[in-house]
Order: sequence, then structure tokens, then C-alpha cells
Amino acid sequence: MIRGLPRKPRIAVFKFASCDGCQLSLLDAEDELLAVADAVELAYFPEASRRMLKGPYDIGLVEGSITTHHDAERIQQVRRQCRTLVTIGACATAGGIQALRNWKDANEFVRHVYARPDFVQTLKMSTPIAEHVPVDFELRGCPVNKNQLVELVAAVVAGRKPNIPSHSVCLECKREGVTCLMVAQGAACLGPVTQAGCGAICPRFGRGCYGCFGPMEAANTASLTEIFRGLGRPDSAIARDFRSFNAWAWQFRQASEEAERR
Amino acid sequence: MNESGAERGAAWLTRIGLDQLIAKLKELGYQVVGPRLGDGAIVYDAIEGVKDLPAGWTEEQEAGIYRLRRREDDALFGYNLGPQSWKRFLHPPVLRILAAEKSNGEFRILPPLDRPPRYAFLGVRACELAAIAVLDRVLLEDAFPEPNYLARRSELVVIAVQCTRAAPTCFCASMGTGPGVRSGFDIALTELGEGFLAQAGSERGRGLIESVEHEPASEDLIRQAEEAVADVAARLVRRIETQDLARRLQQALESPHWDDVARRCLACGNCTMVCPTCFCTTVEDTSTVPCDRVERWRKWDSCFTESFSYIHGGSVRTSVRARYRQWLTHKLSWWVDQFDMFGCVGCGRCITWCPAKIDLTQEVSKVVASG
Repeated sequence: MIRGLPRKPRIAVFKFASCDGCQLSLLDAEDELLAVADAVELAYFPEASRRMLKGPYDIGLVEGSITTHHDAERIQQVRRQCRTLVTIGACATAGGIQALRNWKDANEFVRHVYARPDFVQTLKMSTPIAEHVPVDFELRGCPVNKNQLVELVAAVVAGRKPNIPSHSVCLECKREGVTCLMVAQGAACLGPVTQAGCGAICPRFGRGCYGCFGPMEAANTASLTEIFRGLGRPDSAIARDFRSFNAWAWQFRQASEEAERR
Repeated sequence: MNESGAERGAAWLTRIGLDQLIAKLKELGYQVVGPRLGDGAIVYDAIEGVKDLPAGWTEEQEAGIYRLRRREDDALFGYNLGPQSWKRFLHPPVLRILAAEKSNGEFRILPPLDRPPRYAFLGVRACELAAIAVLDRVLLEDAFPEPNYLARRSELVVIAVQCTRAAPTCFCASMGTGPGVRSGFDIALTELGEGFLAQAGSERGRGLIESVEHEPASEDLIRQAEEAVADVAARLVRRIETQDLARRLQQALESPHWDDVARRCLACGNCTMVCPTCFCTTVEDTSTVPCDRVERWRKWDSCFTESFSYIHGGSVRTSVRARYRQWLTHKLSWWVDQFDMFGCVGCGRCITWCPAKIDLTQEVSKVVASG
């Protein structure tokens, strides 16, 4: 990405509507953190340091979705300041769990939840960053996988392509030698339509994949829906399966709406 | 058959004899890998003795379904096939093939990893022997033998087990690979009641049998084993019509049935992962932060991924239809052009472990019929 840069790449981390878990993953990379901090210039990372340098930045890591007018304007400024913009996590990439509001009346929530609703100004929808500005690369997950985050930084430093697969979780299960939960136990698992990258963490612990990395390339959600029905799963449950952290990713959105219509 | 059983290296082994055989192999420095209960299935893993074998366990298999079940007896090999194949050990899913470190401004190639273990496989089925023969053909027999496979394969000891039951997903007979074993083993076992008919397939196998408690096998015992295997062959449900198949598939490339499969296919890649002959890999280069150590890793890849057919400008096979067609026609048609053999051995794993229950045997006949 930045081969031959005469100085350390300047990195900025921005937060929009999110829980902070993704940027925390970078701080959580304890073994690599010092080396990363040494190899790049963390120019703007409010969660890590009070030192906040002005842009422009070589790489902007963006966490969170767009849920307010203010955010919708701010992301434009962020984009202008970043040569390369990478979304990190399900919120920034797909709208996050808060995109569940997209099927409801957000103002109703505001009225019921807050003591002074008139203080709250919010958009009707929670939308991914890519609906507002061009995005150069995305890291999936809720939260992102720490190894993928370090891999991204390592690739930037070396000026090479990051090794971030877009195939199914199934390949990770099989390479790890994890027995397929769907075939061997009849468990509902989103692995066959979900992008790899987590190291198949849920199946390794005997749980079906929740799909927190969002739809993989060529996700055939219609076929998986049929399979889930064959396992005796009701359509209401199938709609919820697809409607979680990546509910607004179009493949999952289509699948949950299809199941809901039944 | 004029030779007596003993002259053909046939013997009767009890479970004690089998346990001694495993101990003997370990004593000779082999890592013995065999079937054991693990992770909801019968898997291949390191074993220490007969106590680790899945006594009294079997499985139920159908398209997209695998369930562990108890048997009424305590047979050690009373199952057919689990999700894993021996490919996992001979052609590992993830392997570091190169590493280099920077010192004084220059990268230095590090010595290769330690030698892989010397493996002894216990419980190799006839279809799996055929699969190893396919991998041998692909990875060893051309101008450039694959060194990582060679290192694991060259010292391999194979103790085969003949099938005395068939899963409904098995179709070895029609692929000409089973259920009886013919070659490629050191010892072939047939489980008969409380013991085993052990038949040597090599000098090494003969020596191993000699080294443990055994009795000469009677002609009657050999006949019993032959009948048990023949009985399995008669009970196989699935089959593929292989007559002229390579050519007939090439004439069916535009069959509308490919679209039908593509609607069901998840492109998840499970079939290629469980296939005992799918050998494709991808290579990933990694580097550390700071960039002073680089590594090259080889990983199992699948022709069902988009990146698999990526060449400059994009992927060649963008549709799932194209990917499934590529996989099936490679197994059963182009493989014949390339290697003079089928790439499918009839183990049925791709049928069992497909979450979408896509059945190779049925798809083949439908494609050919509508081609």
C-alpha cells in the first residue's frame, strides 16, 4: 500500500456509532502492540493517547456506523484526511447491531428510552461507512479479529497485500479439523455463508457460527435457509439468525426479510 | 489358490496381538495414527494402543447427515469413514514452507522445520488406499515430486482394514476401488468377531506380523473374510456409471442441470476439504511488524472460492455453476486426461459432509442424462 514511504505511515483511528470493541482489539494485541506503535505513527487514536495530531493520515481505521447528521458530515471530513480508509468491524462495514432500527421507527425508541427525547437527534437508519464515502478495504467481525488487524498493519508496513480471505468459515473449520456441527449434530450454523477470519471460534467450542463476520463472497443464503428449514428451524428463528450484527448487509438483509415474509 | 494361508503371510491376530503391533510400531519410532472418538465423530488422530480405538461405535451416514451411534457389539472397526482423510497427515492443511529473518540488513533463509514424524496409519480403508495412490500419482510421479508429501509418504507404514459394512454414501465398487483391498498396504486386517485376519502386503508387513503373538490363519478364515467383503460389495446402494464417463461429461458442459446444482450449492468448499484426493493449495506470504521476519505458508485451498481462479484482472470462474462444474468435471473427466485415472475413489465424504446434501452420484447421472 505505502511501499517506499520515506517515513513511518501515519495512522488515525476514528469512532462512530459503536461499542469501541474493535479499536480495543488493537490495544488488546499486547504481544504486538509495542512493535506496532514503533513501526507506525499513531497520529490520532483518542482511545489510546491524548496526543491527537492533525491530518492528513496515510491510513484511517474507521469504527462504527453512521447514525446521526453530525456523523454523516464528519465521515466526509475523515475521508478527505485519509489516503487509505479501512472500516473495522461489523458496525462500520454493515451498520452493526444498531441497524435493527432500520426495520422499526427510531423515534419510537427515543421516546421510550430517554428521559428527554428532545435532546436526542438521530437518523432513521444506521448505515455502513461505504454508503457515505468510498472505502478502500474492510475488516469484518464483531469485533474484528486481532490477528487480522495486526496482519493489516504488517501488510501496510511491508507494502504487501494483506492475507484476509473472503471465503466461508467452513474452510477454517476443516483445516482446523473441527467436525461440522450442522452435519454431525443438526445444529444451525451460519458458517457456510459467513466470511472466514475468526479462526472458526464458535464451531471450535461447539456452537454454530453466528455470522459476526458477515456474508462471505457469493453467500447463498437462500440455500442455507432451505437447509435450516430442513433441520426443523422455524422461519421466525431463521429471520433472527440473519438479523444480528450484520443484519443490514444486503445478503443477510434479503434472507431475513424473506424468512419474515413466510 | 494352492498356497496355504501361512505362505501368503496370513495370520489370526487377537486384540492382544493388535495391541502388540501398535506397540511394536511405536517402538520402531513410528507415530501411529488411527481412528478414535473425538469431536462428535470418529476422527484420525495419534493412538497409543487398542484402548484408543472406537470400540462399539459406528456412524449413520446419509447426504448431509452424520451421526455417531453405539453398536450392539464392541467391534473396533465397525464404522466406515469419518470426516477426515489421511490427506490431513500426508498433505497437511497448513504448512510453513519457508521462513527468513533479517539480520544486518539482509534476509537469511532459515533452515526448514524439523522432519515430519514417521507415520504408521492404522485403519486405512480400500477407498483410502486408492486415494493415497491418487495423491502419489499427482504429487510424486511427474518431473517434480512434492518434497513435503514425499517426506511423509516415503516411510509410511499402512495397516489397512477391509470393510465389513458399508455406509449408504459409499460407492467404491463402481469406482473400482473397494470394498476389498488389493495393493498399497503392509498389512490388511479383516475384523472377524473378537480378532482379525491379518494378511501381509509387503515384506515389512510380514515381519511385523511375525513380531507379535499370532496364529496361522486357516483357509476357512480367509474364506470368511472374502465372503464378508463380497457381502459388502453386494450391499452398496450408490454408484456412478463410469463407462465412457470422462467423454460423456465433456459433452455435457452446457447441461441445464449445472444451474440446478448451483441453486443449492453453498460454495462453502466443504466437499473439497473432505475429499481425500483434492490436493489444491494456496500460498500466503506473511511478515511481522517490524518487517524483519517473513514466512511463506501453504494452506489447503478450494476451487469453490473466488480467489482460487483469480488471475490478473479478476476471477475466471465467477459463478457457483462454473465452480461446481469445474470441480466435478475435474474429478471425473479432466483428471483422466491429466493423470490417466479418476480423481474420485467413491468414499462418499463429499455427499455426507455437504450441508446442502448435494449428491455427487446423482448429479453426475443427471448432468450426463441432460447433457
